[in-house]
Amino acid sequence: MNVPTMAEMTAQGKQPDVLFWVGCAGSFDDRAKKITKAFVKILNKANVEFAVLGTEESCTGDPAKRAGNEFLFQMQAMTNIEILNAYEVKKIVTACPHCFNTLKNEYPQLGGKYEVMHHTEFLKSLLDEGKITIEGGKFKGKRITFHDPCYLGRANDVYEAPRSLIEKLEVELVEMKRCKSDGLCCGAGGAQMFKDAEKGDKEIYVERTEEALEVAPNIIATGCPFCNTMITDGIKATNQEESVQVLDIAELIANAEDL
Amino acid sequence: MNYIDNIAFAILLIIGIGFFVKNSKKIVRNIKLGKKIDRFDLSNERFKNMLKIALGQSKMVKRPVAGILHIIVYAGFIIINIEVLEIIIDGLFGTHRVFSVLGGFYSFLIGSFEILALLVLASVIIFWIRRMVLQIPRFWNKEMKGWPKNDALYILYFEMVLMSLFLIMNAADYNLQALNADHYTIAGSFPISQFIAPLLSNLSETSLIVIERTAWWLHIGGIFIFLNYLYYSKHLHILLAFPNTYFANLKPKGQLTNLEAVTNEVKLMMDPSADPYAVPDENAALPDKFGASDVADLNWVQLMNAYTCTECGRCTAVCPANITGKELSPRAIMMKTRDRLEEVGANIDKNGKFIDDDKQLLNDYIKAEEIWACTSCNACVEACPVNIDPLSIIIDLRRYLVMEQSAAPQGLNMMMTNIENNGAPWQYNQMDRLNWKDE
Repeated sequence: MNVPTMAEMTAQGKQPDVLFWVGCAGSFDDRAKKITKAFVKILNKANVEFAVLGTEESCTGDPAKRAGNEFLFQMQAMTNIEILNAYEVKKIVTACPHCFNTLKNEYPQLGGKYEVMHHTEFLKSLLDEGKITIEGGKFKGKRITFHDPCYLGRANDVYEAPRSLIEKLEVELVEMKRCKSDGLCCGAGGAQMFKDAEKGDKEIYVERTEEALEVAPNIIATGCPFCNTMITDGIKATNQEESVQVLDIAELIANAEDL
Repeated sequence: MNYIDNIAFAILLIIGIGFFVKNSKKIVRNIKLGKKIDRFDLSNERFKNMLKIALGQSKMVKRPVAGILHIIVYAGFIIINIEVLEIIIDGLFGTHRVFSVLGGFYSFLIGSFEILALLVLASVIIFWIRRMVLQIPRFWNKEMKGWPKNDALYILYFEMVLMSLFLIMNAADYNLQALNADHYTIAGSFPISQFIAPLLSNLSETSLIVIERTAWWLHIGGIFIFLNYLYYSKHLHILLAFPNTYFANLKPKGQLTNLEAVTNEVKLMMDPSADPYAVPDENAALPDKFGASDVADLNWVQLMNAYTCTECGRCTAVCPANITGKELSPRAIMMKTRDRLEEVGANIDKNGKFIDDDKQLLNDYIKAEEIWACTSCNACVEACPVNIDPLSIIIDLRRYLVMEQSAAPQGLNMMMTNIENNGAPWQYNQMDRLNWKDE
């Protein structure tokens, strides 16, 4: 798999058009790694000049900040900004809405000013520029519902890019009762991913998955590795593994044409 | 001429407005206990927001039934209050229906007020049914017991009584006009109260005057009482919705503030030329507390948010933590913040300045369990019809717990240790970050 790093590119005297910020989940989580690879396949197919930071990448600090640890967040941010600025990065794309939000909104004040795009926005722009084509392929005719990640939707008002990509797959896009700005969280945000849930009578991911199942989808699409984990857990908890798949939009596009 | 009425009215007016001004000053003082935050930029955008959200009720109608009923009550409230102006002039100068010189337009005004009054009355009764008969869940969460529940009902009863008095007053007036009673100018149109009038038609002129005058006095007296009730009530939103939407956050909802005090520290830590043994500047201000543990650590917009909250519960109804039975309720966060702020205010009233009372917002009002249940999903912020931001308070309380008390839940401590050690929330080596490429 062709995945150039910024260090390699710089050594060759080249500057990529865009930095792919992989994120911790995309780098280490077995499920999320598949999303990362699917996205890279699309980038390569579209001949996008990209690079990753590789071992020079570090957590954006998002979970630390949401947990209340502003010190750790800013340490991470400033270290990352030093590296990004040293490589003169102008444009960043990431498949993680949490990295996206932090890089886009919380880094500029600390000296890190970049054009930051979520991968669904980036894929949409590739589509609009004719660099990729999306066809239904093996997903044609399936029922798909899209779960809005909070940090993409409400946090940054991106609702249409993922939906317009899904519609290109010649599928039936069905909306859950709570969608777009009213979308229900998967339960992972605000650093909840890394702690036990507080005492309650239900898991949030079960509540959300049940809602998704109400519209009887073949596939629940997401645009966030953490939502993916949570909804996948919800599918397991409701014993729907046989009938419903949880896939990232990058996977839908890459798998549709067997990349 | 008998001036007792006019003098009594003037006294009532002065007392009614005087108390209101006095209490309003207390609210302003309490809000100013909050820290500075610059929300005076982008005045055009802010003004537009206020017009759209507060005046235009754009977020109210996301729940159409409640939204439309609310618009009726709100429009009725504002428009019928033109009538109050007339009442005040009549009261002070002993005139009767002084605006009747407007002729046909006056009839149009009174007619519209009557129709609105009936609509308001009907809407308020539907509100009561939604709350007490249909028992819509968001009105029955556990923070809605006792005073908050009664407060909501008192407001509805108040409005019912005020609207009824207005119609009864007009019905008596309608009959008195028909009798050509002295002082009762033929004026106005009475599309609604003409149907109440027959109930009073057997009464003598004197009785009718007693009814008309009693309704008139109770109506204006009720308005002054209601005005002063606001200070004690969640109903303050009728005034504060405007500044609250004006000064609301305009940045993307996902963006949290970067604490400046922390930035300075981190820059110093990362500066290779910084002298670690440097003697601190003696004149330097003591470092701020990180995060918030009490109301004075919050900013003034957050405190204004607390006074603005009318406890509708739309935030709590969409909160994923609350829906799944966790302790957290964003509405309760706002209510508790106001309760504590009022307690601090009363402390200042009593002692001249704040005397430590061994209490704070965190733990004594808001428990750690509540704020650790938040997923920072912004559903509450999105749902609030007047742009209150409960999430910002939750984050500030978390900051205090983590940075001042190192009191994060175990899982979060492990996550943070991992980020410090290996740059990821899990225990993976940073050198393995690109391994996926070859897997």
